[in-house]
Amino acid sequence: MLIPCPYCGPRDVGEFTYQGDANRVRPALDAPRAEWETFVYERVNTAGPHREHWQHSGGCRAHLTVVRDTLTHHVLSAEFVRPGPVAKAGS
Amino acid sequence: MKEYSAFSVLRNAFTGNRDWKPAWRKAEPKPAYDVVIVGGGGHGLATAYYLASEHGLTNVAVLEKGWLGSGNVGRNTTIVRSNYLLPANTAFYEHSMKLWEELSHELNYNVMFSQRGVLNLAHSPSQMDDYARRGNAMRHAGIDAELVSPERIARLVPGLDLSPEARFPVVGGLLQPRGGTARHDAVAWGYARGADRRGVDIIENCEVTGFLREGERVVGVATSRGEIRAAKVAVAVAGSTGQVMKLAGIENLPIESHVLQAFVSEALKPLIDTVITFGAGHLYVSQSDKGGLVFGGDIDGYNSYAQRGNLPVVEDVMSELVALFPGVARVRLLRSWGGIMDMSMDGSPIITTGPLPGMYLNSGWCYGGFKATPASGWCFAWTIARDEPHPLNAAFSLDRFRRGLVIDEKGQGATPRLH
Repeated sequence: MLIPCPYCGPRDVGEFTYQGDANRVRPALDAPRAEWETFVYERVNTAGPHREHWQHSGGCRAHLTVVRDTLTHHVLSAEFVRPGPVAKAGS
Repeated sequence: MKEYSAFSVLRNAFTGNRDWKPAWRKAEPKPAYDVVIVGGGGHGLATAYYLASEHGLTNVAVLEKGWLGSGNVGRNTTIVRSNYLLPANTAFYEHSMKLWEELSHELNYNVMFSQRGVLNLAHSPSQMDDYARRGNAMRHAGIDAELVSPERIARLVPGLDLSPEARFPVVGGLLQPRGGTARHDAVAWGYARGADRRGVDIIENCEVTGFLREGERVVGVATSRGEIRAAKVAVAVAGSTGQVMKLAGIENLPIESHVLQAFVSEALKPLIDTVITFGAGHLYVSQSDKGGLVFGGDIDGYNSYAQRGNLPVVEDVMSELVALFPGVARVRLLRSWGGIMDMSMDGSPIITTGPLPGMYLNSGWCYGGFKATPASGWCFAWTIARDEPHPLNAAFSLDRFRRGLVIDEKGQGATPRLH
């Protein structure tokens, strides 16, 4: 499985650390208890294209949002979690 | 159907083994049953068996999408143990161990249960302290556990690298002598035969495509072979739990599906006559009767429904095996495969009524479903028959997360990939 890091290019999955489902939205601090319970303990557990977070921990250390098909492991897209100015490699 | 016996083996040997009958009928689905069990794996079949044998419920169907036992019951590394720390787990898995010890006789089917011992290796003094605590908890619950010295380990496992130069020197271990292995396919076949002999219909190649509803209540299933109504619908589909429950409109569950790989080497002469786990990483290895080393390690660690994994975990598992047994470095790998684990939020299973009226759920087995097969079926059958959990599975409820009563053996929190 290769993940196309937008900074480093396609790299082996062994360089990345999985950080879980990216569809989960952290509730407000004063949100009702039920919302927090859902956030902490429940997952949609998608079969098919799944938005998820990975960190390129063995490379540029960028945090990425990856869309990957959980039925085939095919990576559909990878982009920075926070888009913004990115230094060029070597600068 | 006839009992298997030494006499029947002899008689069939003299008649060219042409008279053996199939171990279970090819049943056609009836329009309605008292109980429909979705999933013809180890847990579903065990549930059907105990519904019939313990609760007298024989108007039962087991629906299997593929062929019988084509999922995790045939993909695991066959290890059976009850060496847990937390009270809910120790009681449940020890019940399972006691059922294992009688299973071949109970089923009149040789499941080849071999109590060769499960040895957890420790690589630091603090890990020995941890094992002493777990061993004491086990002994307190009436389960066998022994702390063992490197000298004893050297006698138990002569091939192990116990030198001080080892990458992670072994300082001791925790042994459960009653632990061991079983022939996993035989467990599925034995339960299937036992259930079938008591009148349960086992229906293969029958995929559940939806649930029949009357208001909130589940009153049956739609399948690839027509609609089947049932007073009670029980779901025991392991890694497919999320997909099947979505058919009933349940979008969220405290479960993530992950892929776990397992491996078998080419056949070797006898090298390991126990089950060994590596304490400085995650590896469990035993040797099959055919001589292959059967082993596995961590899940790949990302959500997956693909029954195959990736190479970083393969490399990791191999390096751990070679760290323990440098002598196997040149042994060739025969096969590797993957199965889908239903990883729960606390690493413990769910055996419960609900979440909808008329429905029952058995899931969340993480790495440990195989050894639980007898107790899982036994407790799930009780839960279905009596509409309430047995004390042994009362703690494995679906609402324990909301109630703050998680059973987190590893203390990892709500991060399924780390359990």
